[in-house]
Amino acid sequence: MIPVRRFDAIVVGAGGSGMRAALELARADLKVAVLSKVFPTRSHTVAAQGGIAAPLANSTEDNWHWHMYDTVKGSDYLGDQDAIEYMCRRANEVVVELEHMGMPFDRLENGKIYQRPFGGHTQDYGSSKMAMRSCAAADRTGHAMLHTLYQQNVRMNTQFFVEWMALDIIRDPQDGAVLGVTALEMETGEVFILQAKATLFATGGAGRIFYASTNAFINTGDGIGMAARAGFPLEDMEFWQFHPTGVYGAGVLITEGVRGEGGFLVNKDGERFMERYAPNAKDLASRDVVSRAMTTEIKEGRGCGPHADHVLLKLSHIKPEDIMQRLPGIREISIKFANADPIRDPIPVVPTVHYQMGGIPAKYTGHVVIPEGNNTDSIVPGFYAVGECACVSVHGANRLGTNSLLDLVVFGKSAGEQVIKDIKALPSPHRTLPKGAGDSTRARLARLDANAAGERVVDVLTDLRRAMQAHCGVFRFPDDLLKGVEKIKEIADRAQRTFIQDKSKVFNTARVEALELDNLIEAAMATIVSAEARKESRGAQARADFPDRDDKNWMKHTLWYKEGNRLSYKPVHLKPLTVDSFEPKVRTY
Amino acid sequence: MKISIYRYDPDKDEKPYMKEYDVELQHSDHMLLDALVRVKDMDDSFAFRRSCREGVCGSDAMNINGKNGLACVTKIADLKEPVMLRPLPGLPVIRDLIVDMTQFFKQYHSIKPYVINHDAPPERERLQSPAEREQLNGLYECILCACCSTACPSFWWNPDKFVGPAGLLQAYRFIADTRDQETAARLDNLEDPYRLFRCHSIMNCVDVCPKNLNPTQAIGKIKELMVRRMV
Ligand SMILES: Cc1cc2nc3c(=O)[nH]c(=O)nc-3n(C[C@H](O)[C@H](O)[C@H](O)COP(=O)(O)OP(=O)(O)OC[C@H]3O[C@@H](n4cnc5c(N)ncnc54)[C@H](O)[C@@H]3O)c2cc1C
Ligand code: SF4
Ligand code: SF4
Ligand code: FES
Repeated sequence: MIPVRRFDAIVVGAGGSGMRAALELARADLKVAVLSKVFPTRSHTVAAQGGIAAPLANSTEDNWHWHMYDTVKGSDYLGDQDAIEYMCRRANEVVVELEHMGMPFDRLENGKIYQRPFGGHTQDYGSSKMAMRSCAAADRTGHAMLHTLYQQNVRMNTQFFVEWMALDIIRDPQDGAVLGVTALEMETGEVFILQAKATLFATGGAGRIFYASTNAFINTGDGIGMAARAGFPLEDMEFWQFHPTGVYGAGVLITEGVRGEGGFLVNKDGERFMERYAPNAKDLASRDVVSRAMTTEIKEGRGCGPHADHVLLKLSHIKPEDIMQRLPGIREISIKFANADPIRDPIPVVPTVHYQMGGIPAKYTGHVVIPEGNNTDSIVPGFYAVGECACVSVHGANRLGTNSLLDLVVFGKSAGEQVIKDIKALPSPHRTLPKGAGDSTRARLARLDANAAGERVVDVLTDLRRAMQAHCGVFRFPDDLLKGVEKIKEIADRAQRTFIQDKSKVFNTARVEALELDNLIEAAMATIVSAEARKESRGAQARADFPDRDDKNWMKHTLWYKEGNRLSYKPVHLKPLTVDSFEPKVRTY
Repeated sequence: MKISIYRYDPDKDEKPYMKEYDVELQHSDHMLLDALVRVKDMDDSFAFRRSCREGVCGSDAMNINGKNGLACVTKIADLKEPVMLRPLPGLPVIRDLIVDMTQFFKQYHSIKPYVINHDAPPERERLQSPAEREQLNGLYECILCACCSTACPSFWWNPDKFVGPAGLLQAYRFIADTRDQETAARLDNLEDPYRLFRCHSIMNCVDVCPKNLNPTQAIGKIKELMVRRMV
């Protein structure tokens, strides 16, 4: 028998969203466990650079209606407008709270939080005037935010389970409710069942399914893999954001804040080509638009370098003092990873996979929702998801920069509030665990313990990432997608036969990587199957054979199920909570 | 590339040993972390921590040719071969390059690492001038990698009593924050023969910090404040 430990609530993930939720839970008198594969401040939120959106109007006139419009438009009208309204209305509140917690935002002369412009954030419903909406702590906003949230959790005595990896979800066969997870204590190799009345996933994205990625090693989509294996659908997984400025060859991110501070892109002729693609917003057009423009420049032979395979990001016209004050981290990264000091030299960049717009279908309350009968959004008892692993869906087909950090704190907080409410309404004893709880986890581990030969984890992983890169990139071609689906299926088969040499109990990172591979496979399969099926171009999905958005047939969310590789669809929530809908329009910048 | 790595798995090894690897580098491998990933491809039993691969998460601190640093921002070209890799000194080894950081974080927690302000929070942000905010530069950027504290002889001898450079840097970060109201209590908390005063300004910490922070200077400033409040 696997030993069982019981809590009122467990939070899986201690990035920005998990720690914001944990902080809310700490205010109630509940027994809470927060699990993380890594020490909390090592979560990938720490790498966020450019800022967090809030219409504080510290430098330019602004309000949540404009922010909402930009977010709906940025999403290419696939975002749910009720959730978007909810997020934009709570933005000022949650950002001011972060400040009160001690987050070291940069400041304006009058002492207020410093704000910079960011792509797709405008004034007056998409006018050519940019809104200064991104609240920044130099170019280390994620670091400042994550450490602040950790510090507040230390203050509130949150119970962290550090270097514990959740492996599988346990459900009640009666009504499908989530009863907790199985988890591996990495230091000892022991496996436990952690049972709870509320299980909140905040496990981040799966950006490592692509070969060139701005994402950390640990971003392996564990939450979505676990959800898929437990029978939950994944929503809108075809939509992956390619960030325009990953360092060429290294993948490390250069924040869009660089362009917010005045930097711009040039091709091999030194031309500022974004003026042709987006006459108004230029380099601050939405990310999907800029990434496609760059890819087109490169494809048409105007790329830079000996292989004409990247473009250059210029900021040498910005005052060195400003670079040093506002972009010190970027300068450090550029010198280390590109051998270029941006004060003098341009930075070589390419579009690089960055952010997962899709995920576990959830509501703005954090509740995970699935179709049941006529109800497309039926609440799953005991299961919540927030942050990059969730699809709420505020980002739709394309996320605006700085809206993710915002999403983490808004929905981290709202989910925390909801969990408290839900737990209070439940009877006090825990449900009985079903017979065989944890068996599937045991089987996965037993296979890795037993297999002495088979596929090497690193080989399968490398092939997976290369296949996704080749078949599901910035521009998507029908044949590539079809072949890609077949390839990923083959690779998924091979992943069933992986083996590891290391059989030790103690901190076995080979085992961890093998278990992570299972999750990456689910994320990749969901992505490519959903992408192949969607016969239109919208936001981050750009198909060569269907170059236009098709609202009549495709203004709907994809739901992918692991079982049978099945797809279904559900309508977009076009109706906001209190204001009028934003009707779909052609999207230009 | 030749790398010699400290290996120890308490599950099977009686004692630690150094293991040699000859790594074939690819042209895209620039940083030591890239080489370690290749080692792991050859020998999956080699255990180390890593995540962001860009020097912001603090996972992959280790002792590299005798000096603490982050593998992900250490250029291979700058290293003398064979590269000798050992776990951070002074902390218990869990396995290979993975150390038990409990004591390090305990010290960090002991300085109350959060802004304390007893006034009711205003409707909007608390104001802070750019000059006041500037005081936090060189302090808040710490990534808790422990390179500094595990290079500090005073921390090696008294990890349970001496806060260590990382913790003290953060102690000063909160003293320096105009929004914090607990300077006096923070100084009281450090007024002790060990917690602060075990620092003998040897500067090892400054020498190794991968974020170019200066704990010695922060420690000096705390000492100055203590002297100032005595007179
Ligand atoms: C380089 C970079 C820069 C960015 N800059 C910005 C920006 O300026 N503004 C913005 O809005 N957005 C930005 N983003 C996006 C944003 O940072 C991320 O979307 C966001 O931080 C994700 O936060 P999260 O809380 O969902 O997950 P993460 O911060 O990724 O945390 C995931 C957590 O889950 C834990 N976990 C995962 N799997 C398991 C498991 N199996 N068991 C236990 N624990 C597990 C991890 O240990 C970790 O604690 C950036 C992203 C990148 C990659
Ligand atoms: S200066 Fe002080 S804290 Fe830094 S290494 Fe020396 S003794 Fe340790
Ligand atoms: S002060 Fe520097 S060396 Fe010490 S923990 Fe912080 S970042 Fe690491
Ligand atoms: S891997 Fe994050 S600091 Fe090196």
